[in-house]
Amino acid sequence: MEYLLHLAILFSIYAILGLSLNLIVGYTGLLSVTHAAFYGIGAYATALLLIKTDIGFLMSGLIGIILAAIIAFLIGMVLSKFDGDYYALGSMGFCIIAFSVFLNWQDLTRGPLGLPGIPKPEIFGIEFSTSALFVILAAVILIAIYFACRCIANSSFGRVLKTIREDEQAIQVFGYSTLYFKLTVFVISAMMAAVAGSLFAAYITYIDPSTFTILESVFVLAIVILGGLANLRGSLLGALLLIMLPEILRFVGFPGEIAGQMRELTYGAMLIALMLWRPQGLIGEYKL
Amino acid sequence: MSILETKKLTKRFDGVVAINGLSIGIEAETITGIVGPNGSGKTTLINVLSGMLPFENGSVRVNNAENLRVIRPRNIPLYGITRTFQNIRLFEQMTVLDNIMVVLTKRNVFSALFERHTAYRLKQAEDVLRAVNLWEKRNDLAINLSYGQRKLLEIARALAMQSDIFLLDEPFAGLFPEMVKTVSGIIKDLKDHRKTVVLIEHNMNLIRELCDHVIVMDGGVLLSQGVPERVLAEKKVIEAYLGK
Repeated sequence: MEYLLHLAILFSIYAILGLSLNLIVGYTGLLSVTHAAFYGIGAYATALLLIKTDIGFLMSGLIGIILAAIIAFLIGMVLSKFDGDYYALGSMGFCIIAFSVFLNWQDLTRGPLGLPGIPKPEIFGIEFSTSALFVILAAVILIAIYFACRCIANSSFGRVLKTIREDEQAIQVFGYSTLYFKLTVFVISAMMAAVAGSLFAAYITYIDPSTFTILESVFVLAIVILGGLANLRGSLLGALLLIMLPEILRFVGFPGEIAGQMRELTYGAMLIALMLWRPQGLIGEYKL
Repeated sequence: MSILETKKLTKRFDGVVAINGLSIGIEAETITGIVGPNGSGKTTLINVLSGMLPFENGSVRVNNAENLRVIRPRNIPLYGITRTFQNIRLFEQMTVLDNIMVVLTKRNVFSALFERHTAYRLKQAEDVLRAVNLWEKRNDLAINLSYGQRKLLEIARALAMQSDIFLLDEPFAGLFPEMVKTVSGIIKDLKDHRKTVVLIEHNMNLIRELCDHVIVMDGGVLLSQGVPERVLAEKKVIEAYLGK
């Protein structure tokens, strides 16, 4: 049971990452690999504040979200001027810089040693110290993020995001400053990634830079592409499949250590297969 | 009185001069045809006037507003201009209805975030889609429409802007006769509603039928202009099209 709850919590965290990245990649058509950076910013901010202060989980998480928003705004000002390959390369650059900061700012992050002993979250006197309680917290946040994403996707704002994906220059002729739309969705998405980071840090109680590499961004991208571009339920499906995959491999007889390694190999192969045969993902609405 | 005017407008692509010191005026509430052989600079002119291409020299005046030396695409609705494209540029993986709704809704980021479809805007979208016989296709993706329907949807999108000046780049290209009637009816209707239409077209019969004024371009310069019957009969115009 504990094991299933653990998987459910991981699913919730990665579903949040997938939903938020889908706003950028699926709806706006911008191939971003910055997500691990904002996930890490949320995680480190929450972890450091929980360890070094007594402001509590909610306030720590909120500060992490605000920090991610500020950094996303600054980075987004640059990235939003790009599109296509340039956007992808620019976002990759930022993700590498962020990882480098997590790794090398040792006075703050303890570098590769990581931050152990992160307290479990406590909200309104309830300590989420067991997996059974934590899964409720994670599920509530996931549902809130899902509905926030749905509101964005169904709004006029969401419709403009899709036109940016389809033909950015053409929509400008109809009076839209696309830069502001790209910047806004980037900041919103980064804030949601920071929420996932806060949850992750508080759940695992130990973080180090190895969780926030560009490979993690690619993993989240795989969730989005597998489940379906521009389809929020697709992100949930993608997260479910990719979180369950190594467990399924384990159950079909792969040794535990090989199952873990097979995860990366399998989702890499899955991405290639999807691009070949189903570029919009399993239930996606948009083809890359 | 000109509603749209260019003065010594010049546009270069590296070493190639696509528009060379062009000075023209478009009269308000008329239909003006722009004709000329391929490569004469017609589409480049529309792209410059809609801010999609920067220009090097000269200026543009719109609605008596300004002598513009830079035109930003996002500002052209403020000048009362809208356009269609020679090569259709729809939002392909969006529904027909969404292709229209997006030009009817608010431009500001935060207003757009909290705006929902109002019945009023939906009615506006319905009106323009019915005008081009596409209301029944409103839930289809634009990419799944036929070529002619896609042309019509682009025109409907321009109509939805309710601008003063319509720049239509070859709206009849590739349309079968019934659709040609629909589009020419729409263009006449625009004039009846005191709108200004600039029409790039190769079909001289349509130019004669629709246009009050015609501008002939060749090699990026003004070759001739005036009423269609006279201009299209000029020897230099015929030679520009057919060769000497």
